Amino acid sequence: MGTGCYHCGLDMPPDAHWSVRIDGVDRAMCCPGCAAAAQTIVEMGLEDYYRNRSAFSAKVDGAGALPPELLLYDLPQAQEQFELDGEHAEATLTLEGIRCAACVWLIERRLTRVPGVQAVNLNASTERLYVRWSKALCKPSDILQAVRDIGYRAYPYDAARHDAQLRRAGKTLFRQLFVAGLSMMQVMMYAIPAYLADDGTLDTDMAGLMRWASLLLTIPAVCYSALPFFRGAYANLRQRVLGMDVPVALGITAAFGASVVAVWRGSGEVYFDSVTMFIFLLLCSRYLELIARRKAAGALEKLQHALPASAARLTAYPAQREVTVVAAAELRAGDYILVKPGEAIPADGEIVSGETSVDMSLLTGESAALRKRKGDYLPGGAINIAQAVVLRVSKVAADSTLAALLKLIERAGNGKPRIAMWADSVASWFVAALLLFAVAVFAFWQWHDAARAWPIAIAVLVVSCPCALSLATPTALAAATDRLVRQGVLIVQPHVLEVLHRTTHIVFDKTGTLTIGKPALHKVITFDEMEGPACLQFAAALETNSAHPLAQAIVAAANSTLVGAVIADEVVSRAGQGLEGLVDGIPYRLGNAAYVAELTGRPLNDRVPAGMTPVYLGCSGTWLARFDLSDAIRSDAQQVVRHFQKLGKNVILLSGDQQDVAQYVGGKLGINEVHGACLPEQKLAFVQALQQQGAIVAMVGDGINDAAVLRAADVSFAMGSGAELAQTHADTVLLSPRLSAIADTAELAARTMRIIRQNLAWASVYNLIAIPAAAMGWINPWMSGIGMSVSSALVVLNALRLRRVQRLKLRTGPTHSPHPLRA
Amino acid sequence: MEALYLLIPLSTGLVFFAIWLFFKASDSGQFEDLQGPAERILQDDDNTAD
Repeated sequence: MGTGCYHCGLDMPPDAHWSVRIDGVDRAMCCPGCAAAAQTIVEMGLEDYYRNRSAFSAKVDGAGALPPELLLYDLPQAQEQFELDGEHAEATLTLEGIRCAACVWLIERRLTRVPGVQAVNLNASTERLYVRWSKALCKPSDILQAVRDIGYRAYPYDAARHDAQLRRAGKTLFRQLFVAGLSMMQVMMYAIPAYLADDGTLDTDMAGLMRWASLLLTIPAVCYSALPFFRGAYANLRQRVLGMDVPVALGITAAFGASVVAVWRGSGEVYFDSVTMFIFLLLCSRYLELIARRKAAGALEKLQHALPASAARLTAYPAQREVTVVAAAELRAGDYILVKPGEAIPADGEIVSGETSVDMSLLTGESAALRKRKGDYLPGGAINIAQAVVLRVSKVAADSTLAALLKLIERAGNGKPRIAMWADSVASWFVAALLLFAVAVFAFWQWHDAARAWPIAIAVLVVSCPCALSLATPTALAAATDRLVRQGVLIVQPHVLEVLHRTTHIVFDKTGTLTIGKPALHKVITFDEMEGPACLQFAAALETNSAHPLAQAIVAAANSTLVGAVIADEVVSRAGQGLEGLVDGIPYRLGNAAYVAELTGRPLNDRVPAGMTPVYLGCSGTWLARFDLSDAIRSDAQQVVRHFQKLGKNVILLSGDQQDVAQYVGGKLGINEVHGACLPEQKLAFVQALQQQGAIVAMVGDGINDAAVLRAADVSFAMGSGAELAQTHADTVLLSPRLSAIADTAELAARTMRIIRQNLAWASVYNLIAIPAAAMGWINPWMSGIGMSVSSALVVLNALRLRRVQRLKLRTGPTHSPHPLRA
Repeated sequence: MEALYLLIPLSTGLVFFAIWLFFKASDSGQFEDLQGPAERILQDDDNTAD
């Protein structure tokens, strides 16, 4: 298995000297953690693990001592939550580090040898470990420690009540489905002889017996499996609305009632087969829908569990590095916390020491790890993946980015889009009409051919499919919302998907939207024989300690392109002008033209291109260089603009910045209609004027400054960052810095609407054909049961296709880097 | 054909028995993890130090 560490498979650090004898061979280990875990596994006689595994183990760091926060579970009051009866306790633990089946085997083996542990069961698909132990013989920490010794991490699982509830609901539905399926199969067995037998070949006694047996077997299906429909119908009627459960419940009751009467009397048709099959197939589509909904909730649920419960507070930092474990909720702004690799960041904060990479995929949908160094801001919920860092907490947990996000999500959960409400009300009218129609059909056949009245009325009730009508929209919207959250797009208002694909005008704000909102070095122009890179080096040396955004842009550009450093001494700055310092004893000035001219002693005849902020460098008697800085355009802005233009939408740039700056950015991106120097009121007026001309306007802004215009637009997007996003007034928040997410959303919106339309069209066509056919008596009850269930399932499956929509192929290279330096 | 008079009630009883069995299995968590046991069976426990 490769040449790296035998346990975790990672590359060996040069100074690694750890090894463990496994199966008679010395195996190299990359770190003491892996070595300790491997040693434990060998000592327990569990070497088989290495023979059977199909993937490397997770890297073990800091094995050995249990982290102190987990020792808290040994306290008597904490142990109470695990209590089962007087002697035993049980717990469900969340496990990290499971890679393959061998891990499951290893963990279960290891735990059964902990004295006092009575039952262990590891669920490989949910990564939950169930343990039951005798309280007298072992403590919770013994179990957690045992798992840790072999290189996995276990935490008591906070059994969210919501989750348990969902699972119970799923389990009940599964049972109902199973019972319905079983009774359907058996009832069919009894029904088939009656269908196949020629007249007179089946004796009456036998037929009667089979009818009684069918009746008996249908009872569990009707009394247990069909409960959701009866409950739903009852709830509907109590609220005085006609939902889709009403005809279903009526159909079941009518068919079952008629059959029971027929069996009792010994004459007449029985529909037990139709009843059971109808219940079974309908439950199938319900089950499908439940799974779809649960998957959709998955992405959001992950967010809710992103913040860890505890944090390591450095109480006396920087004097001492002693750590106390506290609940994350106790953290206050200004606290220092230590975040180790692999841990989630417990609160928003700024790095004060160390450098690392973080994974923010949960928060932004961006899967690539981001490098963060001293001074950078980390949101709570991001995962530290490289080095331990010290953070200064900047906000209490309740005000954190993640909390703001969750608030938004809650807001997003309320409210239904118009099309869904429309479908609901149509379904309700449809049911009312259907019931009347069924009565009319029954009356007609009663008069025409009384024997067929019941089966035909039942067929009409059963075949009609308001289910498909009611399921068509919500399932599609849930699938689409889930897809978008996973891509870092949060839909706050329900109408977004519906309106977005109808938009005619897309209006972009400039600063912070099409551009990243921070200046970046665009070009270096030299005036003397000194070359561009050297000038840049000098400038960076002067600016190293400056906090000015222009200075930081120059330093960043120098860092990314140059090696070796020039050192400037005695740097003094003059506010709003620039700064002066000595390099190799010679004074240099960096700043605006007037300030530098004082040192060079002669004016400079120079024209600065539009949209650029110039910074000059000069020394005594000589002008050296001009640095053109501009707000960098997002790398994917151009593709997004093109994408919308190709779709035939009018793309407009509306900016508060000067006209020539806006014009410059617009020209770069190929936007023809550019309006600069717009005050917020003017932006609002502009959008409203467009709307009066019948345009449907989508507005993309940064969420805070554009609040009014975002609210006025038909559909709005905000580039979300930090805790401000809780105050945003946009309908949609882009959590990642990718502008192309808007194009993704538009594409998905179009697909969603297409799928909803397909679903509604299918439901309509089906009903238009099936109901008259049933009324004419061409369809018997069992056929109508199949028809209606298949059509519901079709609708749900069609909606689920949305989950698999790929990202647009818009992205090239890094997501938000400024344009490359052209020196 | 007379056998059917016995077999039909028998089959009915069998279905109820199956339902009872299924509920029992469902209560004991049989259907919670449909992936783990399939992989666990691949493990050979014979050569451990048990």
